[in-house]
Amino acid sequence: MRGYSHGRRVFLPAPKIARNCPIPDLLDKRLVFVTGKGGVGKTTVAVALGLRAAAAGKRTIVCEVSSQENASRIFDHTEVGFHEVEMEENLWSISIDPDESMREYVLLQLKVRAMRDLLFRSRIFSYLAAATPGLKELVTIGKIWELAQLDRKVKRGRKYDLVIVDAPATGHGIGFLQTPRTFAAIARVGPIHSQAQQLDRLITDHEHTGAAIVALPEEMPVNESAALEHDLRSEVGVAVDRVYMNGLYPERFSREEAGRLAELAEGGDGAVRAAARAALSEHSRARSQRAQLARLRRRTEAPVKTLPFLFEPELGVEAARRLAKGLH
Amino acid sequence: MSSVGDILAGKGICICAGSGGVGKTTVSAAIAAGMAARGLKVCVLTIDPAKRLADSLGLHELGNEAKRMDPELFERHGIEMKGELWAMVLDAKATFDELVARQAPDEESRDRVLGNRIYQQISNALAGSQEYMAMEKLFELHTEGRFDLLVLDTPPTRNALDFLDAPRRLTQFIEGRSLRVFMRPTGLAARVAGRGASVALSVFKRIVGFDLIADLAEFLNAFSGMVDGFQARAKRVNSLLADRRTCFLVVCGPQGEPIDEAVYFHRKLVEAKLPFGGVIVNKVHYPAGRLRGDRVDLLAALAERLGDGNLARRVAENFADYQALAERDARNIERLAIELRTKGVIRVPYLDEDVHDLAGLAEINRYLFASGEERLAIAAGRA
Repeated sequence: MRGYSHGRRVFLPAPKIARNCPIPDLLDKRLVFVTGKGGVGKTTVAVALGLRAAAAGKRTIVCEVSSQENASRIFDHTEVGFHEVEMEENLWSISIDPDESMREYVLLQLKVRAMRDLLFRSRIFSYLAAATPGLKELVTIGKIWELAQLDRKVKRGRKYDLVIVDAPATGHGIGFLQTPRTFAAIARVGPIHSQAQQLDRLITDHEHTGAAIVALPEEMPVNESAALEHDLRSEVGVAVDRVYMNGLYPERFSREEAGRLAELAEGGDGAVRAAARAALSEHSRARSQRAQLARLRRRTEAPVKTLPFLFEPELGVEAARRLAKGLH
Repeated sequence: MSSVGDILAGKGICICAGSGGVGKTTVSAAIAAGMAARGLKVCVLTIDPAKRLADSLGLHELGNEAKRMDPELFERHGIEMKGELWAMVLDAKATFDELVARQAPDEESRDRVLGNRIYQQISNALAGSQEYMAMEKLFELHTEGRFDLLVLDTPPTRNALDFLDAPRRLTQFIEGRSLRVFMRPTGLAARVAGRGASVALSVFKRIVGFDLIADLAEFLNAFSGMVDGFQARAKRVNSLLADRRTCFLVVCGPQGEPIDEAVYFHRKLVEAKLPFGGVIVNKVHYPAGRLRGDRVDLLAALAERLGDGNLARRVAENFADYQALAERDARNIERLAIELRTKGVIRVPYLDEDVHDLAGLAEINRYLFASGEERLAIAAGRA
């Protein structure tokens, strides 16, 4: 098994996020799941939340699941793998690999070395581990739990104030968070039963654990976010503290101005006409987005906060930093 | 530049693949509608259509069965249906249940499987089972031979490739001959197979809890009679996917990450010797026209025409932002074309309104089925 990397990187310039501005109450929790439909910008929001918490002095780790490396990519960092790697002051990142989590779990469970070696060498074990539905998700959540402990189980484990999880997309996300309960119900005896119960208690602990849903101002993402919030509350039982409406266009033009621009878009020449048309496109999108924002507000219980669309070619750490500034 | 119509000429199956959030469902529906308009009998299999799209097509009352769409709905939006458009919303769990019912030797084993907790979990949640069931339904409809063309909208998995691997994973799980041996309550087979394995099994039991193992054993026993049927079917599904009348279309967005995924996906298709047909980039910012001179000139011209310096500044800013996105998209698409060694990248513009109804679908349809020059002309007219 690979060891934990505690390697320090040279610090980037300190984030330009005011250190004394109040952070969202969401970040006062110990564990936050960021979820939403695929392609809505979950990772960017998770990283932005991480930057914001770190700037406020909280030791924060952003976790990717299913061996994804989206967060490290945002930081333009090499793949972090199953290691806690420092990205900036107070901000770490890890990509949780279920197989590594399983090994770590077994290592922590079985104190007898001979027995663990036997288990890892045995084909039947890896077969069973792969075949047992939900076991991968369970050990992944187990690792998240372990990271959130003040008394870390792994040797020399660092204490974190906040663990932010870039959770799987809708659909998979609900199943993921429900795994501990499902498992506790199926495995009625043995250590997994009580551990699964413990994980479920962590997920449903409204004081320490929360969820943020990321949505986009379009029909389908709004529908899915509303359904997701309902399922997270009623089926999983996790506290949904925020819904972030991501990618909101600015309202640059009033209706009256749009009327004047429409004339220019018909008449006008070359660049003037193209610019007027682009302005009308933006006006029309911004307006339909406001309608979607209103729908989202009507259909969700948690406070809906907006994040601006960033007119930037690629969303890197600077974009996340800009989002972080406006997070509330 | 070819159109979707050219790519799909003579094909029996079109599989639209790509990661979530790129508008795959809408594109799939638009492709099916366009091919039906050209005189084919087409069925689109979809997972989770936008509610308003589903409402406007009358899809929400659909069970796990194909239903014909009312051609008048499309004619109202300028698509004349020379053929027939059918649609169905896939229900992975129901398809799995049907499959079990078909493969089970008798009613008792069927009920034992359907009632088993492990089965219920697998059919709902095992990674790839939904994808596999999409393939299964595709295979079933193909075998029935009722349609000229089947268009499959693949499930939005985080890893868009899961479904390629799903049949293998599923049969591997169900097959598990060696596993079943250990599951027998006598333990005799375990002794025969060697002490190491049985110790491993008992350690595993201790970790996960005995009940789970018992359920697993029951499931595998109940399933034992069906394994061969499943495997044979999976093999036929695989050869159908590789058939020359099957065509994979990759759907992606113009941002860096979806483009990377499309490149990766294309490579996987080639490695798996599956027939790649083309790539559709959705929500592209088309360049809104050449900017002659510099921004200062534009600003001055706008200010003069509008008689409002403040508004002119905002219009110019917005134009610059929009141009930057259009340039990014053009760069990314160029990279995609080079990586895929194809000129056949079909672009669908980012429309002013979010597409979730028939009007939007008809709009997308125009781009998919226009020739390259026509597409540019439409875009220039719009932009």
